[in-house]
Amino acid sequence: MSEILTVSGLDCFYGEVQVLHGLELALRRGEVLCLTGRNGAGKTTTLKAIMGLVRPRAGSIRMGGVELADLPAHEVPKQGIGYVPQGRRLFAEMTVRENLEIGLNTRKKGADTLESVLDLFPLLRERLKQQSGTLSGGEQQMLAMARALCLEPEILLLDEPTEGLMPSMIQKIRETVLALRRRGVSTILVEQRAEAVLALADRVTFVENGHCRETVGIAELKADPSALRRYVGIG
Amino acid sequence: MGFGPHLLLAVLEGLVTSAVLALTALGLSLVFGVMRVVNVAHGELFMLGAVLAWAVATAVGGSPALGFVAALVVAPLIVGAVAALAERLVLRRVDYDPEATIVATIGLLYILQQLALTFYGADARPVPPPFNIRLALPWFGYSAYKLSIVATSAVLLLLSWLVLTHTRAGLIMRATQYDRETAQAFGIPVGRVYAAVFAIGAMLAAIAAVLIVPISQAHYLMGQDPLLLSFAVVIIGGLGSLRGTVVAALLIGVSDGVISMFFSPTLAKLIATLAVAMVLVFRPQGLFGKAAR
Ligand SMILES: Nc1ncnc2c1ncn2[C@@H]1O[C@H](COP(=O)(O)OP(=O)(O)OP(=O)(O)O)[C@@H](O)[C@H]1O
Ligand SMILES: [Mg+2]
Repeated sequence: MSEILTVSGLDCFYGEVQVLHGLELALRRGEVLCLTGRNGAGKTTTLKAIMGLVRPRAGSIRMGGVELADLPAHEVPKQGIGYVPQGRRLFAEMTVRENLEIGLNTRKKGADTLESVLDLFPLLRERLKQQSGTLSGGEQQMLAMARALCLEPEILLLDEPTEGLMPSMIQKIRETVLALRRRGVSTILVEQRAEAVLALADRVTFVENGHCRETVGIAELKADPSALRRYVGIG
Repeated sequence: MGFGPHLLLAVLEGLVTSAVLALTALGLSLVFGVMRVVNVAHGELFMLGAVLAWAVATAVGGSPALGFVAALVVAPLIVGAVAALAERLVLRRVDYDPEATIVATIGLLYILQQLALTFYGADARPVPPPFNIRLALPWFGYSAYKLSIVATSAVLLLLSWLVLTHTRAGLIMRATQYDRETAQAFGIPVGRVYAAVFAIGAMLAAIAAVLIVPISQAHYLMGQDPLLLSFAVVIIGGLGSLRGTVVAALLIGVSDGVISMFFSPTLAKLIATLAVAMVLVFRPQGLFGKAAR
């Protein structure tokens, strides 16, 4: 399978503290790649580096022929990358519709895109005029995903989308991830729950202290889940 | 003249002050709200607007109306360009760091002031009003131009509100204000938004200044009061709240008019300062502001 996104030799710092050390990562076309590791391992930083929000000191982030690390941050999403940040980061004072309009505006998508996104999240359709900060946690997560899907992205970056949600909402989010996979969206999913990893991933990359330790296929991991215990302390 | 007409006159004068103040303070509030930059040079951009208004009106010559209209168009544009340049050359270089930008804009304050002193001089010069009509009220005559300031300001404030709430540009500004990083992750060129907001903020001050020069005068030190009063408005109204800015400007302007008329201008300033202190102590986010996130 061809790779749609290739991260190599990534060094990232916060001030003088290095948090990513030569990180390597490859996302294949159409797969769900789980990025897993303990708290503070550097998963969020990896996604932020891909989005250009944290500037790497060294390394390369290639999507097709484009070196994303050379682009200003606001050009990265226009390449077709939808970002669902940890903690959702909605524009809470804006309405649901306005949040979606910001997503649509990124790649100048129109009403058709909005309709197809709302078909995926019918719940949001009834709440378009509601202030997004007043939605329930699960609804907010759906909105964060919907906002990213308004880009019609080829790549979706999901940072712990089920953190702190009720089981029914978790189920809905997972179904959405799988539905998007069927549509051919390539996804990097940061996830710490073993059962979610096993249910959703095609491959799993384990991150520890800012290093990529190993990447395994899901069949392999199911046969021997010890890696989950080793790098995440679960499973 | 009895008490009633006196009060009416005081309120009218207060409304004129409020109108100019609301525009100036909106500029300051917008810049702080979106960029988190406390623009200490805001009053000097106001002054620059007034000085340029005199320069443009004088250069155009002809009828006062023509000169004034030219000033109203040209002066804010030049001030906006100066602000955009300062944003590029200074604020961006210090990465909009809250403390560094205060120092940087203090520097800008003195640069603009000294440039005005050098090229415009220390004299106070008036710009003739575009029209000289006195409305004959039953108790006293009142300048129609002053009322037109109030109307113009009201229209501009309404327009600003419409832009902020109902246009794509407004949406982009609000997104940048709320969460700069996430805004970037959705393709918003935050740097360009900042430059535009800084220019717009300066232009609002400049427009206010052009409106006021026909009834006050252009002088190189005239930026101090608008700066202090704008801070008062922004603190009382709450940063980033347009409604708060308008209400606080009305509060300060009208009470200034009334107290100045019946007691003394010094008392009016004293009370405004006290109001700021009270708000800072009891409601630091301002009357209409949201608590800090
Ligand atoms: N803005 C920041 N400034 C300084 N250090 C930071 C910042 N953000 C993260 N860090 C540090 O960088 C390291 C990696 O953080 P990161 O958020 O990428 O981890 P993570 O794997 O996403 O963790 P979690 O599972 O808790 O979300 C941590 O040690 C964290 O403390
Ligand atoms: Mg994280």
